[in-house]
Amino acid sequence: MKLLWDLFFTFARIGAFTFGGGYAMLPMIQNEVVERKKWATEEEVMNYYAVGQSTPGVIAVNTATFIGYRQAGVLGGIFATLGVVAPSVVIITVIAAFIRNFLEYEVVEHALAGISVAVAVLVISAVINLWKKGVKNLFGVFMFVIGFAISVFTNWSPIVVVILAVIGGITYGKVTNSKAGDGK
Amino acid sequence: MNVILALIYEFFKTGLFAVGGGLATLPFLYDIAARYDWLDVSIMPDMIAISESTPGPIGVNMATYCGYNAGFLQGGIGFGMLYGLAATLSLILPSLITIIIVARILDKFQNSTLVDNAFKGLRPAVCGLIASAALTVFASACLEVDLFEISGSFASLFDIKALVLFVLLFAVNKKFKLHPVFIIIPAAIVGIIFEM
Repeated sequence: MKLLWDLFFTFARIGAFTFGGGYAMLPMIQNEVVERKKWATEEEVMNYYAVGQSTPGVIAVNTATFIGYRQAGVLGGIFATLGVVAPSVVIITVIAAFIRNFLEYEVVEHALAGISVAVAVLVISAVINLWKKGVKNLFGVFMFVIGFAISVFTNWSPIVVVILAVIGGITYGKVTNSKAGDGK
Repeated sequence: MNVILALIYEFFKTGLFAVGGGLATLPFLYDIAARYDWLDVSIMPDMIAISESTPGPIGVNMATYCGYNAGFLQGGIGFGMLYGLAATLSLILPSLITIIIVARILDKFQNSTLVDNAFKGLRPAVCGLIASAALTVFASACLEVDLFEISGSFASLFDIKALVLFVLLFAVNKKFKLHPVFIIIPAAIVGIIFEM
């Protein structure tokens, strides 16, 4: 039970400080889940993101469910997921009910401009971390460029990237395996 | 009663079929607004702006907002809160089920070299996807692309205040490895003080 509430509150903290899309959650996940709680390694988080991109639903929610399930089974998945959405429900309800013109306040506008710079810093630092852990050889660089280029220069769905990466990974594995088999 | 059932059904469907992140739910929401009178297209621009600028996953924020508005039309704030919660839970339920199934399947193939190799391709590719998102976030926070396109002068491309803050925060974050909250909150305060 203690672990379930720990999952709930950790993911509530993550949800409360995610500004932007699912990728903006990454710095919080790296800090809370990987470094503090050690619930997943950097590699596992990337696996969850890959699965989250290609399965239905909101990526942040998918990632939370995955980590929660791995820690404490189905109930763990449910607690982590409810945790990550709880701040949204509260904050959006309060804004919709009481401060409709929330975005018209100048203070809010200035604060958000500052926050967006912070998010840029955090996401870029998170990508540098991921690069160190996830891109290990020339093949990795190649896959990175494919993911990056498709996303920047086309409006194809990320699923295309996922499919190409799966094919690439399996092919590369086959080639290197048969070489290793011949050599050793 | 019919309204809340339709709402639960529609958001469950959105959660089940919108693949690829929060903004992928947007076409589904427009579709709902076109077919039912409890959701109005006129709230969409505010909904998107608020969902993007408040904490939490964008898709979840949009579901809560739509649900609240639908409920509010039925019977005020109380209904709004209830419907907001219902829409959100309906949206995330398909994710919860799908991910638990996928996690179980992956556990079965834990020692499969095929799955392992697939992930070896996926990890750097996903890193590339996130890098492109990072670039977008950086451009919208620190560059004035619109202004640059009008004036054509490089001097107008850079938002100096934002760039200075970016460099400072990046250095602090690299040196001290702080919790993200201690980067976000000071940045908000700097934004207010220097009227960014």
